[in-house]
Amino acid sequence: MAASAIAFFVVLGLVPPLIKTLTRKNWAVKDVNRIGGAMVPRPGGPAILAGIITAEISLYFLLPQEKIITKGITALIITTSAAFVIGFIDDRKVMSGWFKPLALAGAAIPIIALGAYEPNLAFPLFGEVKIPVLYLGLIIFMIPIMGNTINSIDVMNGIASGFVMIASFSLAIVLFVMQNYSVAIMTLPIAFASLAFFRYHRFPAKIFPGDSGALVLGAAYGVIAIVGRVEVIAAIAILPAIINSFLFLSSVKRIVEHRQIKGPTMHTEDHKITATKEPDAPITLVRLIVAAKPLTEKEIGFAIFRLAIFSGILAIITAFASGVVVWPSS
Amino acid sequence: MAQLLIFTFIGIMWILILAGGGVLVTLVSKISVSGYGEPMDFFIASIIKAAIALVLVVFWVVVLSKLKNKIFQKQIKA
Repeated sequence: MAASAIAFFVVLGLVPPLIKTLTRKNWAVKDVNRIGGAMVPRPGGPAILAGIITAEISLYFLLPQEKIITKGITALIITTSAAFVIGFIDDRKVMSGWFKPLALAGAAIPIIALGAYEPNLAFPLFGEVKIPVLYLGLIIFMIPIMGNTINSIDVMNGIASGFVMIASFSLAIVLFVMQNYSVAIMTLPIAFASLAFFRYHRFPAKIFPGDSGALVLGAAYGVIAIVGRVEVIAAIAILPAIINSFLFLSSVKRIVEHRQIKGPTMHTEDHKITATKEPDAPITLVRLIVAAKPLTEKEIGFAIFRLAIFSGILAIITAFASGVVVWPSS
Repeated sequence: MAQLLIFTFIGIMWILILAGGGVLVTLVSKISVSGYGEPMDFFIASIIKAAIALVLVVFWVVVLSKLKNKIFQKQIKA
């Protein structure tokens, strides 16, 4: 719990001075959904990274010095820091749609180099498959997918931090259920850092995480999934975000920076959010949520959190069911 | 109603993930090749397994895409 408290209080303490610094430097973007379009400081990534890294370093010394734990924590620190740098570059300069996936694939290399993984992919209910070579490709894909999936759901006040908070708490419960206690403890700083950041990011946001913040949260979550050997269950816990990316990609049909495409939503006269009438605008989770009737930004946030809780429950059910092997693998 | 459909879609995705894993573990992982010598047998079997896994992933995405169009037909058209 000490490391979780460190993550929570470091983020809680760092965000106010970070807001002042970013405001002074005029590093702010327009909140397009706010009446009057207030300028909101960005990025909050440095505070999120500091919270997670400080907590994980303390865990390095607090947890039993087993190889997989020390390697796992080291991989988490390096990969997450690399994801931060990639996100920070994207925060300062709009890069092409391919920049982040390719650079994040590179950020996954420390996991392989440190050997912080087991080359067995565990499928709930059915057992494991040993795929030594294929698993390396999976690691290279996993970090960009997780990073970009969380980044793509960072569309409104509080959603990215609130969503990762729910998903990380669910994943920690999953790991406790599967008796993988050390990795469960490693997961909690991500959840508590998200919780602390959510305090400032929720509607009306005082700071945005930016790409650096979203990629830090996504990459850290991805490393936990690999080190904890819960790749499939971790994906189940973030299904709403995966659906969002899936809907987006299947409607846009190419990898593109989200800032370069038409908005999937628009505002009503009473400043609620509704689906756009543009036929070539992408389909997203938010567009589907507001398809039936216009909603406020706060209501959309709660709708997404309900979906996150639902998929978190599905992940926990899957973890419990994993104890029941329907088809024993050889 | 739209939100209920999203919950349904998440539930279907969950079942498809579990079922896909079942196919991989029970069928694909059992594939073995013999007659080409020890390292080649393993290599050829790995390539066949990887190719089948990729085909399954593509199939999974196509099924999801069709389901998405069916479930969210009204919303997408709106």
